[in-house]
Amino acid sequence: MSSINLLIDIVLLTMLVFTTIAIVRSRSLFAIVMLSGIYSLLSANIFIILDAVDVAFTEAAVGAGISTVLMLATIGITGYEQKKRRTISWIAPMVVVVITGAVLVYGTLDMPAFTDPSAPIHQHVAPRYINDSPTEVGIPNMVTSVLASYRGYDTMGEVIVVFAAMIGVFSLIGIREKKSEPIHAEPPARPILQVMAKFMIPFIILFALYVQFHGDFGPGGGFQAGVIFSVAIILYTLTFSQQDAMKLVPPWVLKRLASIGVLIYGGTGVVSMLKGGNFLDYSVLAHDPIHGQHYGILIIEFGVGLTVACAMMLIFFAFISRGDKNP
Amino acid sequence: MISLELYNYWVVIFLMMAGFYTLIVSNHLIKKIVGLNIFQTSVFMLYISMGKVAGGTAPIAAEGIETYSNPLPHVLILTAIVVGIATTSLALALVIRIKESYGTVQENEILELDHISDTGPQA
Repeated sequence: MSSINLLIDIVLLTMLVFTTIAIVRSRSLFAIVMLSGIYSLLSANIFIILDAVDVAFTEAAVGAGISTVLMLATIGITGYEQKKRRTISWIAPMVVVVITGAVLVYGTLDMPAFTDPSAPIHQHVAPRYINDSPTEVGIPNMVTSVLASYRGYDTMGEVIVVFAAMIGVFSLIGIREKKSEPIHAEPPARPILQVMAKFMIPFIILFALYVQFHGDFGPGGGFQAGVIFSVAIILYTLTFSQQDAMKLVPPWVLKRLASIGVLIYGGTGVVSMLKGGNFLDYSVLAHDPIHGQHYGILIIEFGVGLTVACAMMLIFFAFISRGDKNP
Repeated sequence: MISLELYNYWVVIFLMMAGFYTLIVSNHLIKKIVGLNIFQTSVFMLYISMGKVAGGTAPIAAEGIETYSNPLPHVLILTAIVVGIATTSLALALVIRIKESYGTVQENEILELDHISDTGPQA
């Protein structure tokens, strides 16, 4: 790691430490939620410095974007104030935390030095991915190769977890559909925001599609694209109204599309079994194994993107429909 | 240079413990969730720090590049982030339900409503 990168790494990590201290000390919930957005953005920058471009992408879209919006929607319902607790002292938790931290620091003394190429983590499994995946799977982005092909089972599990979380949110709070028709005031309620949002939304969607289908060659993939796509709809909801957005993407359509995404993923695995391979072995999907891998990865990434985008939109709708006022 | 060699890991431990502390001490459920998120992100940082190789670049194959950072931790953490938002949204949905049932999201008030004292077993 060049010294300038190391310097940037250290400065960003130090900023992260200060942000965390501010979060721990702050009493205002609004400030805490905004600071946690900043925290995520700083982490995304650190991930870039540490070469994890795909991870940085995801963290910026998910941590700084969606999770901040969901938390704001929640504090819009629960209220901003935080009352002081009377009884508990901070001494006992502090002692627990300091002792645990000291033990962990003692543990790091045995760890290989940061960026050491001979560390055990780089000796096993990873060399195979780095050396063989460009020829074996045939796409340059090794993260996508590992994610979608070598460890396809894991990724299918993650997609199902997202789907299950969506079902969980629905069984807890659900979407309350308002029967009233959308109100179209003349002139519009928030003219500048609405005009600018209309201008930006097509580009956000275009970018999401680029991230979706270029994920084999550059950073990106179904998870990031799904989140970015849902951000376009969230922006629309926030600047117009929930009724407008639900008319544009009705929840009953989203629910079906989210299930179809999971089915596409699982179905690809079943098709590869029917064609004589193992579950999620894409090599049998076409005459040429490399082409098969290409098709397989494109199809399952599409399934991932569909499920993630629909699940995020539905979860967002559920949160904002719960509050009486718009967040 | 021992301090710089392990600096990343020590920051990770600090963040982890700060998140843990927030989780224990804070009285507001949403602040607890933020603490949990800090804890979670510190684990992400630990994995990504371990995957970095000196002189390496992002694991996207290109002409003329010999050293790549380890792609495996990247894959694990990428999916972990998405699962993280899924669990966070579930937690926030639970907070909303708690607010609707108890009328509060302060932990001590919820415990009082449940007739559990947060200072220890009741006399």
